[in-house]
Amino acid sequence: MTETSLSSALLATLRRDLLLAYRHRSQLANPLVFFTIVVTLFPLGISPDPVLLQTLAPGVVWVAALLAAMLSLEGMFRSDFDDGTLEQIVLSPHPLSLVVLSKVLAHWLISGLPLLFLAPLLALLLHMDPAVMGVLLATLALGTPVLSLVGAIGVALTVGLRRGGVLLSLLVLPLYIPVLIFAAGAVGNADAGLEVTGQLALLGALLALSVALAPLAAAAALRISLN
Amino acid sequence: MWNWIHRLASPKRFYHFAGSASRWFGIAALLFGLPGLYLALFNSPPDYQQGESVRIMYVHVPAAWLSMFVYVNMAAAATVGMVWRIKVASAVAHASAPIGAWFTFLALVTGSLWGKPMWGTWWIWDARLTSELILLFLYLGYIALQNAIEDRDTAARATAVLALVGVVNIPIIHYSVEWWNTLHQGATVTKLDRPSIHWSMLVPLLMMAISFTALYAAVVLRRVRCEILDREQRSGWVRELAGKS
Repeated sequence: MTETSLSSALLATLRRDLLLAYRHRSQLANPLVFFTIVVTLFPLGISPDPVLLQTLAPGVVWVAALLAAMLSLEGMFRSDFDDGTLEQIVLSPHPLSLVVLSKVLAHWLISGLPLLFLAPLLALLLHMDPAVMGVLLATLALGTPVLSLVGAIGVALTVGLRRGGVLLSLLVLPLYIPVLIFAAGAVGNADAGLEVTGQLALLGALLALSVALAPLAAAAALRISLN
Repeated sequence: MWNWIHRLASPKRFYHFAGSASRWFGIAALLFGLPGLYLALFNSPPDYQQGESVRIMYVHVPAAWLSMFVYVNMAAAATVGMVWRIKVASAVAHASAPIGAWFTFLALVTGSLWGKPMWGTWWIWDARLTSELILLFLYLGYIALQNAIEDRDTAARATAVLALVGVVNIPIIHYSVEWWNTLHQGATVTKLDRPSIHWSMLVPLLMMAISFTALYAAVVLRRVRCEILDREQRSGWVRELAGKS
């Protein structure tokens, strides 16, 4: 057998996950539809009043993004665990944490990035000021990768369990709270005409921290789950 | 010293050590707790602003301290258990989680009872209350993961990873919530040079804190004893012990 280099192994993982997602296009759409429906529920449940909706909008969009990201998390390792691919990945000579990082990247490209395209539309439905849109997109661009990275740890811990779904949300949602606070706070501040660079910088810091640490923790958790 | 610690890692030795240690910690909890409670409830001044309701502090503050102390202790024990494969340490982590969750719950309930006369409402989305609530969620997630995995060693290692992730996250969550909203009174004891709390209140508060810590140690050791018996039920010394009594 020939040795594959690290970069080609990582690229192959990324390509494979993207290809698999492309072949199951309908599953790709599910989190997006979910995201849209959750956002639609808020005006129905609270009030169609534009002023009220405008104040609620940053939080609503972000809570919906959190839930949508969580729903799609299981897909990151579940099918690979079921068909044994995951064991082969763990056996490969390349550092598991880096392979996990490329799987997380694939997951974000599939589930996080599309939210960025959908969010402006939903923000309009909630009467968000168009001038704030840039800040909303910036928070989503910085925040959703953190959701995928931190979520990877949770999935890795629960992938071996038969009914891991509810447990996963229990483990992961409390860890998402800082992202929610800074992201929704930044959009809210922008809406009020205040400075947002502080919150964006903190989101960036969270992203840097989770890129550095989350793959290591997820790799350790995967090893434990496969045992 | 190292030798002594090393030998303590054996379940059998730890079982016997924990038995007597638990008793001493229990006695210490009573020795500090009963006079502490007396001083706190009867023999300390009411606050000049808060009146008699300040006495809730003597339970609320130690419970809140313990809720965080137990989590850090749990994570430390879980790490020791995972890195050096010391099963007794994993058992300590396992046994700590429900106790920590109860301290967190106690801090929340007493905080709520204190909030009613002070802030005029049972619950307020104040920074410290909120981060205490999130801490409770972290404990519940930890316990849920522990219960979901059947194999004991796998569960110990998986929860150790979760505890470490939690420990990294707790300060982040704490400060994010702090910046988000705060109404809580500032810390009054940890300003080391000169605490802004009078000694007649500080003494019973510290006695209660020592008592709560000793209570935690006593209960956790007792739970660890039960777990060791369960874990080692097939080994000779446990059979002997069971046959004897």
